[in-house]
Amino acid sequence: MTHETQAPVTKQEEPATKVDETTAEGMPAPEAPGVIQTVGMDIYYGDFKAVHDVSLNFAFNEISALIGPSGCGKSTVLRSLNRMNDLIPTARTDGEVFYHGENIYGEGVDAVEVRRRIGMVFQKPNPFPKTIYQNILWGAKINGFKGSKSDADALVQDALEQAALWEEVKDKVNESGLSLSGGQQQRLCIARAIATKPDVVLMDEPCSALDPIATLRIEELMLQLKENYSIIIVTHNMQQAARVSDKTAFFNVELNTKGQRTGELVEFSPTEKLFTSPDRKETEDYITGRFG
Amino acid sequence: MTETSTRTPRRSLGGQRRVSEKLILVSLFVCGAISIATTIGIIYELGKESLLFFQDPQVSFWEYITGTIWQPQAGSFGIWPLILGTMLITVIALTVAIPIGLASAIYLSEYASPRVRGFFKPALEVLVGIPTVVFGFFAVTFMTPILRDIFGADVVGFFNVLSAGIVVGILIIPLVSSLSEDALSAVPDSLRQAAYGLGASKLEVSLRVVVPAALSGIAAGIVIAMSRAVGETMVVTLASGAAPRNFVLGQDPWSYILSPFEFGQAMTGYIVITASGDLSYNTIDYNSIFAIGLTLFLMTLGLNSLSRRIVDRYRQEYE
Repeated sequence: MTHETQAPVTKQEEPATKVDETTAEGMPAPEAPGVIQTVGMDIYYGDFKAVHDVSLNFAFNEISALIGPSGCGKSTVLRSLNRMNDLIPTARTDGEVFYHGENIYGEGVDAVEVRRRIGMVFQKPNPFPKTIYQNILWGAKINGFKGSKSDADALVQDALEQAALWEEVKDKVNESGLSLSGGQQQRLCIARAIATKPDVVLMDEPCSALDPIATLRIEELMLQLKENYSIIIVTHNMQQAARVSDKTAFFNVELNTKGQRTGELVEFSPTEKLFTSPDRKETEDYITGRFG
Repeated sequence: MTETSTRTPRRSLGGQRRVSEKLILVSLFVCGAISIATTIGIIYELGKESLLFFQDPQVSFWEYITGTIWQPQAGSFGIWPLILGTMLITVIALTVAIPIGLASAIYLSEYASPRVRGFFKPALEVLVGIPTVVFGFFAVTFMTPILRDIFGADVVGFFNVLSAGIVVGILIIPLVSSLSEDALSAVPDSLRQAAYGLGASKLEVSLRVVVPAALSGIAAGIVIAMSRAVGETMVVTLASGAAPRNFVLGQDPWSYILSPFEFGQAMTGYIVITASGDLSYNTIDYNSIFAIGLTLFLMTLGLNSLSRRIVDRYRQEYE
């Protein structure tokens, strides 16, 4: 992967011309394009505008957190980063999302190909009703893996080791993935996602169905994975964002004139700054618990 | 507790409602029991009449379960020719119904838009509503001539099990498809999402995640469709001939015994023909249909409990 990939210059300047009250502020001026960059992204479900004008730059090998009250569109934003929203027939994304400088909503881009590069972990652990071994290998196989048995063994072990699950399951990789505990299942899902060798992993509230101890393990795991992957996580849990992320984006809900609730990006700052001296009043109100 | 018991109750604790609830409970139980009682009655009647058949000096039980000639006039009562007819028709029917039924289930559950589904499902269910005798005529007047055109009238008999099998297959497509679709739709969406998230195409999601996850339900549906095919009567009576395909092992070649182009009366077909003839009560022919009915009943009972076992054994537990 090359870190020098440039997003088209004109696209990058676009948000500057549109700055208004609701656009993110405080980004240090010329920022190196990260692994994923959204430019003026609007997301619609049918006629309903769910998210308005989101411009974000997710850096390489960092954990970026998306937080905000329910209905602010943070999950919607996350799911548009690997075109999972395409699966909802009425969903539409305007604007651009650059992955290594290439607009994934550009013409001729295959959404399936995008999802092969950008892995995803979901809210509820969702292992396939297959063995642990088959779960890991499934993604690799549909991505064209045709290695020998020993290559496959190595791939499974490597993915499980990276997901900090190997020690617990090495004697039972041929048992069903559903036989594991919730926290183990979620780590299995992470292992399954990284077995296809993505460089970005999207996580949609990966700990919301887990107990505090399992949550802590996943958080430790994310910090390890950061060395090799860029992680973007949606979380309901502000403490979690504060604990694990390098940068945090705060989204809020705006009621428009038609009474529809549209999500907007309020602020995207280094996590420490966002939680100690946020630029925006709404951010401060949210993190200090005045609403949300 | 002691405190409440010393208080004067505001209204009587004895109630009319309890009595009426009990009545409802009893009547619900009676309704449920009717179907069980019917089943028991059928088993009793079949068993009693079958006993008369097996007590007949002309009949040996051993010959019945091993014999390959069914010729009541000549005193040969081997069940295998009739089982053969039933089995050939069932195998052909499943060969037709499984791929088509499963493919349409996958289409309906994974691909079709709500609008298309709204049209397709009722259309498939219309097939269920067509009387089977109509299917029987369809087999004789439409399917058989086509088969004779394709394979040659000298190869394909006017009565043949292929035509009956294909039409029985068409008849059970809706069963396979609707039971399979139920199983496919029951697969949680989170599994589809997981697969899409790994970069699977729609076809890979359908065939490599959803179908395997629904396999137990699909298999159970197929077994139920199979027992429906085994029990199907009108089509086989009309299309597969009025004589059992008697054979002698070692003498008749397998190409004849298993030929799809030859006639071959099925168990149900024999029962209908014999029962509608003018036979008097307690003749050996008449009693034989009860023995065959009992055999058929045991076969479908076995298939249905097999299907239940498949579902119980392989049911996937998704939280």
